[in-house]
Amino acid sequence: MSRLHRVTIEINGEQVTASIAARVNLIDFIRTEAGFTGSHLGCEHGVCGACTIEVDGAAVRGCLMLAVQADGANVVTVEGLAGMGRAKNLRAAFLAENALQCGYCTPGMLVSALEYIESGESSDRATIRAHMAGNYCRCTGYQAIVDAIAAVIESGEGA
Amino acid sequence: MTGPATIFDKPNAYIGKSVSRSDARRLLEGRGRFVDDIQLPRTLHAAFLRSPYAHAEIVHIDSTEAETAPGVVRVFKGEDLIGVVEPYVGILTHLAGLRSAPQMPIAVDRARWQGEPVAMVVASTRGEAEDAAELIAADLDPIPEACDAETALDEDAPVIHPELGTNLAWERLVEVGDTDAAFSRDDVHVAERTFRFGRHTGVTLEPRSAIAEFNPAEGKLTFWYSGQAPHMMQFILAKHLGLVEENVRVVAHDVGGSFGIKIHTYGDEIATAAVARIMGRPVKFVADRFESFLSDIHARDHVVNARIAMERNGLIAGLEFDDLSGIGPYSMYPRTSAIEMNQVLNLTGAPYVLPNYRARGRVVFQNKNMMCQYRAVGHPIAMAIADCLLEDAAAGIGMDPVEVRRRNLMADDGYPRTSAAGMKLDDLSHQRTLQELIDTMDYSGLRIAQAEALANGIHRGIGFVSMVEVTNPSPMFYGVGGAPIASQDGASLRLDAGGGLRISSSITEQGQGTNTILAQIAAGVFGVPIERVTVATGDTDTAPYGGGTWASRGAGIGGEAMLLAAHALKEQVLEVAASMLQTTVSALDIREGMIVDGGGARISLSDLARTVYYRGNELPSDLNPELVATRHFRVTGFPFVFTNGAMAAHVEVDTETGLVRILNFWAVEDCGRAINPRLVEEQVRGGIVQGIGGALYEECIYSGDGQLQNATMEDYLVPMAAEMPDIVVKHVETPTKTSILGAKGAGEAGTGGAPAAIMNAVNDALRPLDASIWRMPMTPERILKALGRI
Ligand code: FES
Ligand code: FES
Repeated sequence: MSRLHRVTIEINGEQVTASIAARVNLIDFIRTEAGFTGSHLGCEHGVCGACTIEVDGAAVRGCLMLAVQADGANVVTVEGLAGMGRAKNLRAAFLAENALQCGYCTPGMLVSALEYIESGESSDRATIRAHMAGNYCRCTGYQAIVDAIAAVIESGEGA
Repeated sequence: MTGPATIFDKPNAYIGKSVSRSDARRLLEGRGRFVDDIQLPRTLHAAFLRSPYAHAEIVHIDSTEAETAPGVVRVFKGEDLIGVVEPYVGILTHLAGLRSAPQMPIAVDRARWQGEPVAMVVASTRGEAEDAAELIAADLDPIPEACDAETALDEDAPVIHPELGTNLAWERLVEVGDTDAAFSRDDVHVAERTFRFGRHTGVTLEPRSAIAEFNPAEGKLTFWYSGQAPHMMQFILAKHLGLVEENVRVVAHDVGGSFGIKIHTYGDEIATAAVARIMGRPVKFVADRFESFLSDIHARDHVVNARIAMERNGLIAGLEFDDLSGIGPYSMYPRTSAIEMNQVLNLTGAPYVLPNYRARGRVVFQNKNMMCQYRAVGHPIAMAIADCLLEDAAAGIGMDPVEVRRRNLMADDGYPRTSAAGMKLDDLSHQRTLQELIDTMDYSGLRIAQAEALANGIHRGIGFVSMVEVTNPSPMFYGVGGAPIASQDGASLRLDAGGGLRISSSITEQGQGTNTILAQIAAGVFGVPIERVTVATGDTDTAPYGGGTWASRGAGIGGEAMLLAAHALKEQVLEVAASMLQTTVSALDIREGMIVDGGGARISLSDLARTVYYRGNELPSDLNPELVATRHFRVTGFPFVFTNGAMAAHVEVDTETGLVRILNFWAVEDCGRAINPRLVEEQVRGGIVQGIGGALYEECIYSGDGQLQNATMEDYLVPMAAEMPDIVVKHVETPTKTSILGAKGAGEAGTGGAPAAIMNAVNDALRPLDASIWRMPMTPERILKALGRI
């Protein structure tokens, strides 16, 4: 049996402590140890973006980070965004534009989109598309997602 | 009394409106419930050892070391499931002559594709199960493989199922008119091409997943899975595990994309259920991405030799092709792997008046992953054969691709009629959708700009497709051939004491917005605010019996059942109301949750329901109120309800790099009555992007000895946001007469039509360079080869 490591991570405002093997990635920790199942895995090698979460304020691929690397970090997932009242306008825009179908990519899409909007970037569609190019969506064809992000930026009211 | 046919005569609050999907809120807040989100006590996690070879004898599998690895509870080999799982065979009687061999969830004597399960480990965690799988010593002896479909029928090709004699699974010939005579005329122009359509796959973002739990006390199996046909799966699990059907409960909650991938019988999922039964503990299996590429069904893989004969006035004199398709080592159970070929033969040229048509299709076994129905089954091939040859021939006689379509497309007022292949067609609008498309895209302006760009050395092209889509299948699709697949659907509607409506339906939600359109129909027809409607789908314990959502059937069939149920419940409620209010049913209506008459609101639905449920003493004793109504619907009179559409692509080809950039894409879709136009548009857009994937990027690349070379998302290219265009979608609505609702399907048109439009656009761009390409995906390398640059 591999050696266990005790880690404590703040997830959506809750301190979660567990003893885990070094190989456990951050998303598995969040999903199974903390029980926040909103974040998804789609590829487990950093390509699809389904696992995108905030770690200490930065958008990060949770599958590429080990839970032990996040010891002491502050993590926010899609549940946390909703719980803290963040990205309200973005969620409303996703709903209005039908920017999700199956919703499996959505938790990662929201975090990537939020990063873009909060960095003060423009509503230029090509620029939005370039930023979102690391988040795979099989259902929507992306246009509605771009529409939603552009709508939030153009409203001038923030995410 | 008003009949259901008059529903659309009065203003309707919901049907035809783009209401947003209230259930999407849950997903936006991370409160979805996908299979892997479910954590049951004492769950065992499964990992599979899969064959590394395309074809191998299984000599011996030694699991001693694996069995003692940390966390491991047991290791299962193929033989351990003999007698536990009844083998399955993917044939249907209406596909005359189709052959396949019995299949087991875990290979027993021979592995027949790279990725076929050869052993299964169950352990406390997935990680431990995977570690142990690596410790299994599998003595597999590779034997000669037949990987290439084009040589699989050769005399000296290894025969994958010796008992079948050859690798031919199925063959069909369609012959109408005198094709030989048409091609031998000296006044026709003949265009002849060989098309190649690569294998690709669904790449649902949520991988296939299942949890099985067996309760020995009740003899009951519960199977949560990420899938789209719960009742079909219930039958399959019951039959092949030897359980009575009512003791199998199949539940599909949120499904992270499906597209036909999650509608088949996969060995790893069946083994998961079988082992849960053996162990008496829940077993969870979630495919990782590598496993998805190796075991999710692949699609397409066709080589087509085709030719068209065209008169000088642009009329098609004849169309002929020979299609060969590789389906992997078995025909997939229970839908079979011959349906795609059948569709190609049935659909090619179906938009056009085609006096002479001959088509041969052959489906062959090969040692690659299994091939079966994926979104737009057969359509991309059928549409590309006809529409790419059409534009090729039109260029040959110097005719504009729009004009040649106008001359050959069936007239909008000429229905009902049959296509050359014998498909019954009605309520189509090819000419009108083409005109709407031309108006939308400013065709003449684009042609001028194209010529100007060419003068500057920029190669742009415009390509079209006029298409049909098979939707709303009747029992003639599967049921007739003996498949346990319902073609009818049911909807149940209950008025609750609080005045809200509860829907239970047998169609399923995978993101299309099924639940929303059901709520729209029920709210609109019955007369409540949509916020008061809740919808439950996907659970065989509670849903009416039905087919699920596939083949673009949800809205058309499940929607009609919903409409009928809502209308029936309304009549039942009004009967109670008339009695309570001492008036006649015809004097009453239901609006916004209130029973109304000419003078306004009389009583609320919740008052009515509470009277019925709590204070029945206030009702006349001869009144038997029923506040639940259930109705079912199936399509009769037609095997399928066809839709049609017209699409155009505008592309730029970089002749130095071979890269194709899609500048614009337009689609005009006629899916009958659009219950929710935005959801239709989003189905079309998402479908088009999958079609773009197949046309330009996606391919399962195999080595000669059957090794999948690009089984990661890094190496298998899917469309991402940056390369995709904005897509303009317009509607034409020609309701089908087969139902009151008039809705046809819309889920597959984009995927079915886009590849042909893009191939036409690319070839239009290449034409001034005297080059052309007939192979998908049209990768930069293939374009450069077509240009003679490499
Ligand atoms: S799961 Fe992390 S990027 Fe795909
Ligand atoms: S909505 Fe299904 S993957 Fe994006």
